[in-house]
Amino acid sequence: MKIAHLLKHSIWIAQKDLLEFSRNRMLLVMLIIFPLFMMVLTGYIFPTGSTLKDMPIALVNQDINDGVYGNESVALIVDLEEMGQRSGYFDFRTTGSESEARDLITKGRMSGAVIIGHNFTKDIGSGKQGPVTVLYDQSKPQISLQVMAALDSAISRTGTLKAASTVNRTIGLDKNASSALVTPFKVSNKGTVPGNPSYFQFLAPGIMMLLVMFSVMQGLPRAISHEKETGTFDGILAAPTSRFSIIMGKTLAQSVRGMTQGGIVLLLAIVLFGVTVNGPLWLVIGLLLLGIFSFIGVGITITSIASDEETAQMFMMLLQFPMMFLSGVFFPVEQMPWYMQYASKALPLTYAIQAMRKVIVLGAGVQDILTEVVILFGFGTVLLFVAIPLFKRAMSK
Amino acid sequence: MTSPGHSCNIETKGLTKKFGGFTAVDGVDFCVNEGEIFGLLGPNGAGKSTIIRMLTTLSRPTSGTATVAGHDIVRDPHKVREMVGIVSEKMIMYDRLTPRENLRLFGRLYNVPRRALDDRIEELLTIVNMTKWADTQIGKFSTGMRQRINVVRSLVSKPRVVFMDEPTLGLDPQSTTEIRKLIQRLNRSDGLTIVLTTHIMNEADVLCGRIGLIDKGRIAAIGSPSELKGRITEKGRTIVDLDLFDPPPDAADRLSRAESVLSAAQTENRVKVMVSRENAFEEVLSAVRENGLRLRNASVSSPSLEDVFLHFTGRSMVDEVKDKVPMKGGHGPWRRSGSGRVR
Ligand SMILES: Nc1ncnc2c1ncn2[C@@H]1O[C@H](COP(=O)(O)OP(=O)(O)OP(=O)(O)O)[C@@H](O)[C@H]1O
Ligand SMILES: [Mg+2]
Repeated sequence: MKIAHLLKHSIWIAQKDLLEFSRNRMLLVMLIIFPLFMMVLTGYIFPTGSTLKDMPIALVNQDINDGVYGNESVALIVDLEEMGQRSGYFDFRTTGSESEARDLITKGRMSGAVIIGHNFTKDIGSGKQGPVTVLYDQSKPQISLQVMAALDSAISRTGTLKAASTVNRTIGLDKNASSALVTPFKVSNKGTVPGNPSYFQFLAPGIMMLLVMFSVMQGLPRAISHEKETGTFDGILAAPTSRFSIIMGKTLAQSVRGMTQGGIVLLLAIVLFGVTVNGPLWLVIGLLLLGIFSFIGVGITITSIASDEETAQMFMMLLQFPMMFLSGVFFPVEQMPWYMQYASKALPLTYAIQAMRKVIVLGAGVQDILTEVVILFGFGTVLLFVAIPLFKRAMSK
Repeated sequence: MTSPGHSCNIETKGLTKKFGGFTAVDGVDFCVNEGEIFGLLGPNGAGKSTIIRMLTTLSRPTSGTATVAGHDIVRDPHKVREMVGIVSEKMIMYDRLTPRENLRLFGRLYNVPRRALDDRIEELLTIVNMTKWADTQIGKFSTGMRQRINVVRSLVSKPRVVFMDEPTLGLDPQSTTEIRKLIQRLNRSDGLTIVLTTHIMNEADVLCGRIGLIDKGRIAAIGSPSELKGRITEKGRTIVDLDLFDPPPDAADRLSRAESVLSAAQTENRVKVMVSRENAFEEVLSAVRENGLRLRNASVSSPSLEDVFLHFTGRSMVDEVKDKVPMKGGHGPWRRSGSGRVR
């Protein structure tokens, strides 16, 4: 009987909150706009691995003898230009001298330069390696890294082809045998699931988890401090309702709101950004619920500690900011320096996102994400045990 | 203050609330009888709201306690909550909900059975003439309409006791009258016990059976309005109101030199004179003549609660609240400035 009252009261309070929410058009619109905004923004500003597109690269050929370009350097340039066009990565521009190329890089007009050395043809002819220098733009380290890697592989690929044809010519092995001699290993790259995932496929699980978990963490303190400020909370506190029903009702409402938000993100991701869910849908939903559960305690704690909306807001900023960047929503945790990786491992959001990514991208089942599930559940439970006494104390002031 | 052999519906015993080192309510004792409208009258910051919050279990007393409808507010807050209704300083209602939805939510939280609740809501909305608006979101309502809903919201569980903290705050004269009539009606027809706070003397005067004058967290005097006024006029003290032509600024001072004049207070061309004998009217008039003052009108007036407050606390309540109360039109649509306080 007592329990029945408790539950009924929570449901009524939740129902009231959701009714208010459903009548707030602005909030409903934000439910769609916000994730859309976030995905578009982050989806397009963060490097997706193929940012190399028509990068202007200066080409300097110093391999001149008596006013004539050496034939080896000309052949290399032809190969590079062809590769540049085919891949669309580079746009090679012939430039007069090294100093001119340096100048163009400094002015930001070129992303790098390839300089073929003075005695390129002669060196190759006499059994030495032909010198090639690659200049890069130090003001854009991330881009330069990619430019260098791509140029490097382009040049060495040309070199390999050249070697194979030399072997073919001099030893008389057939084409396949000569390439096998020059490059004895054949590497092919394959993911564990078919298809080539886009950056959105990586991003969507993270954003979904982030928004859902933040919605309970923010929603709870906001809902309660708002009621305190407008005075309606007194009405609820003065009614014969248990404190437990109040917090449970509020949590329930925020969870429904969070799940709605999660569903919308997923739908947007699938419909607009071509994301595919490779794992079971029920597991995605289950993970969202678990994510919410793990953050309820945080929400209640903030509610109890912060007496007004502003303080609550501050606390949330303090928690959200690092979480957004450390939990691997936008780039893999492994890309961070080791100490940041430790910090990241202390955040529940990291595990939630990791698990969600496994399910959506890799098609994982429950057995594959057991660790994450246990961690999230444990975190949520421990925090609830901290939060509920705090809330009770805060309410009886 | 308990009268012997008579049980109080609400009884406070040394009720005290401290905020840090500041004592907001200081050992307050009073008794409210069943079916009575009891007023707590005092200036801003007197501690009225704090008393109401303690009695409705929203705030725990630092020391002392009270019983409300037979239950102790400290030991048995849950029972107290079941018995009482509250009209708080800030309106308790959700703007995005309709009156019906608001009342239904609170009715449910008070465990009113479904069928009874629907009837009760209908009945309450009819009382305040709001049936037409029952299903419109409250956000669109005027302050007067909102306050009508706010008051009946406190009644949805049929409480025997209702606490109202400044129920006419911020209302225009017409709405003020409406709410006052509603309060009287609830008290008379349903025998509801009502404790209300106000800083408007006239309101306390017309509404309350008994009043507790409260100043700086303490009760200064308790009694019915006429009793309280009687304590001023006992021993034959009389108040004479003078209306003068162009009085000099020291008119009151000059008059107070007369033998039986106890005190005189001047506001513009009016001077209020308190004399020690009932038959001193003549004497006041000759003092006026002797001082070369020209009289337009003179009358013996009965003391107001203002005079009572001044008498018991040594402070004028009007001074305290002057800025809050426009001269015309009841206590007008001013908005309170101090409401940003943290509780
Ligand atoms: N939560 C609180 N913390 C600190 N001081 C408080 C708190 N609540 C009230 N006070 C102080 O206690 C005193 C009494 O406040 P209270 O609200 O009870 O006065 P009031 O008689 O209702 O006045 P008003 O006419 O302004 O409503 C005030 O000085 C107020 O500043
Ligand atoms: Mg008050």
